[in-house]
Amino acid sequence: MKGVQYWGAPLLSVALLLAFLAIWHAATRPETGTRVVDAEYAKLVGAEAATGQKSAFPTPAEVGRKLWGHITDPFYDKGPNDKGIGIQLAFSIARVLIGYLLAALVAIPIGFLIGMSPLVYRAFDPFIQVLKPISPLAWMPLALFTLQDSGVSAIFVIFICSVWPMLINTAFGVASVRREWLNVAKTLEVGHLRRAFRVILPAAAPTIMTGMRISIGIAWLVIVAAEMLVGGTGIGYFVWNEWNNLSIANIISGILAIGLVGMVLDLSLARLTRLVTFPE
Amino acid sequence: MSDPLIRIEGIAKRFAARDGTSSTVFENVHFGIEQGEFVCLIGHSGCGKTTILNILAGLEPASDGYVFVGGREIRGPSLDRAVIFQSHALMPWMTAFGNIAFAVTSRWPEWDRARLRDHCQKYIDLVNLTGAEKKRPAELSGGMKQRVGIARALAIQPKMMLMDEPFSALDALTRGMLQEEVLRICAETRQTAFMITHDVDEAILLADKIILMTNGPEAKIAEIVVNTLPRSRSRHTLHKEPHYYPIRNHLVDFLVSRSKQFNESLPADYDPKNPPLVSPGLSGAVPAAAAVPPRPVEKAVVVNLRH
Repeated sequence: MKGVQYWGAPLLSVALLLAFLAIWHAATRPETGTRVVDAEYAKLVGAEAATGQKSAFPTPAEVGRKLWGHITDPFYDKGPNDKGIGIQLAFSIARVLIGYLLAALVAIPIGFLIGMSPLVYRAFDPFIQVLKPISPLAWMPLALFTLQDSGVSAIFVIFICSVWPMLINTAFGVASVRREWLNVAKTLEVGHLRRAFRVILPAAAPTIMTGMRISIGIAWLVIVAAEMLVGGTGIGYFVWNEWNNLSIANIISGILAIGLVGMVLDLSLARLTRLVTFPE
Repeated sequence: MSDPLIRIEGIAKRFAARDGTSSTVFENVHFGIEQGEFVCLIGHSGCGKTTILNILAGLEPASDGYVFVGGREIRGPSLDRAVIFQSHALMPWMTAFGNIAFAVTSRWPEWDRARLRDHCQKYIDLVNLTGAEKKRPAELSGGMKQRVGIARALAIQPKMMLMDEPFSALDALTRGMLQEEVLRICAETRQTAFMITHDVDEAILLADKIILMTNGPEAKIAEIVVNTLPRSRSRHTLHKEPHYYPIRNHLVDFLVSRSKQFNESLPADYDPKNPPLVSPGLSGAVPAAAAVPPRPVEKAVVVNLRH
C-alpha cells in the first residue's frame, strides 16, 4: 500500500491537469464552417478569414505548439519587439536579483540595528509603518522623475518592495534572540562583532530568511507589473507586447513562465532557509 | 587566607513600584566564599536567589552593595565567573564541541586549532561525553546537554562556577548521576562553586556551606549551615552519615516553617553582616573555627565572614 501513498498525489495532479486540458480543449474546439463575423465583412475578407473558431482564445494544442517554439528557441533576438522568452526572463530575473540584493544589503544591517536597540526600533517604527503599505508601483513616477532611467526605476521599485519584509523580519529576529544566549555571550566576554556574527546572526537567521523568502515572492510579483509600465524588455513587457499583438497563446506561455520562475525562486530560498534553521 | 575569594557586601535588590515607592526583594546580604569551597543557597521562590546569582555573575546590577572577587570589585560579567544555566543555554546551531570551543576561544583567542581541540576534548572527556562531540544539542538528552553546559563552564577555567538550579529540569536518575559528577569534578579541580537549589539533599551532598534565605520580600540570610559530613560522601552512603538527618531535618524545618517566621521574630542578636553559623548535629551554633568541616585539602580554611 506504500505505492498509493507515494504515487497517489502525483497521479492525482496529472489527472487534474488532464481534466483541465480536456475542458479547455472542449471549450475552444474550432467549429469549422461557422460564420463568426458579419456577412458583409466576410465577403470583404474572404471565406477563409471569416470562418474559424468562435473566439481568438487558442486551443491547448496551439498553446502547446507556441510553448514548444519558446522552449526550443528561447534566446532569439529579432529586434526590440521580438525577443525570445528566455532573454525576456533573463532581463526580469536580473532586475529582480539586483533590486533584491540591494534591498538585502540595506535591510539586513539596518534591521540588525533596529532589532538591537528598542530606542532605534521606536524611532524607525512610524516611518516603516507608513512606507510599508505603499504599493511599490506608486513609487514609479517619482523614480522615473528622479532617476531619469526606466531600467533603474524598475530596479528601484523592486528594491523598495522587497526591503520591508526583510527589514521587519531582521529586526524582529534580532530583537527576539533568547536572553540566555546573550547572557552566555556576556559571561564569556564576547566582543560586539563576534557576538553579532556568532550568536545573534545564527539565532536570527531563520527569521531573516523567512523575510527574504517573502521578499523574493513580492519582488517577482511586482517586476511583471513594473515592466508592463516601463516597457522595453522583461517578461512583463513580453506579456504586454503579446497583448498588443493579440497573441493569446504567447500571453499564456508568458504567464506559465512567470509561474515557473517564481516557483524556482521560492524553492531556492526555502532550501537556503532549511540550511540555516536549527532544531531546538 | 584572611580574605575569602568572593566577598558579598550588603547587596540589595529593589524595584520601583508604580506609586513611587520601592519594593525590596532582599537587602543587606553579606557572605563570603572561600577558594575551593562549594556553597549552596536555599530558599523559596521569590526570595531573589536567581537575582543574587545574576549579580555575582555580573548579568544584573545590584541596587546596593558590592561584590568583590579576589579583592577587586566586579564590573559586569567576566570569564572569571562561569555560569551554568538552568536551561543549559547551549547554542543549538553549534555542535557540543562547537559550544565548548566557542567559550574556549573567548578565553584564549590566540590558541591554534590543535591546542583548542585538545583542550576542549579534555573537558568533554571529563564530563563523560566522549563520542558525542559532533552532535548538536537537539540530538542530546537533557542530562547530556547539561553536561555540555558544565564542560563549557569548566573549560574556561574560571575562578568560580555559578550554577542556577542546574539539575532541576532533569529526571531524578540523571540528576543523581550529574550531582555525583559535579562532586567528583569539583573535588578533582578544587573548583570554587556557588549553586542555587531548592533540593535539600542536593545541597547536603554537594555543599560545604548552605546559606538559608528567608522568604521574600525583604528576604535576608537567616543562617549559614556548615555541612559537617565528610567530603568523601557519596549519594549512596549519604543517609548513613551520623549528621545527615540532623542537618536534613534542620534544612527541611527551615524551608517548611522558619523561612516564613524568621522575619517576624528576628533574634535579638541577629547581625545581617555576620549571619549565625550553625552545624546541626553538633551542639547548636558553634564558633566559626570549630565549624570547619573536615576537608581533603592540605590548607585549613578558616570560615571568616567578618570583615
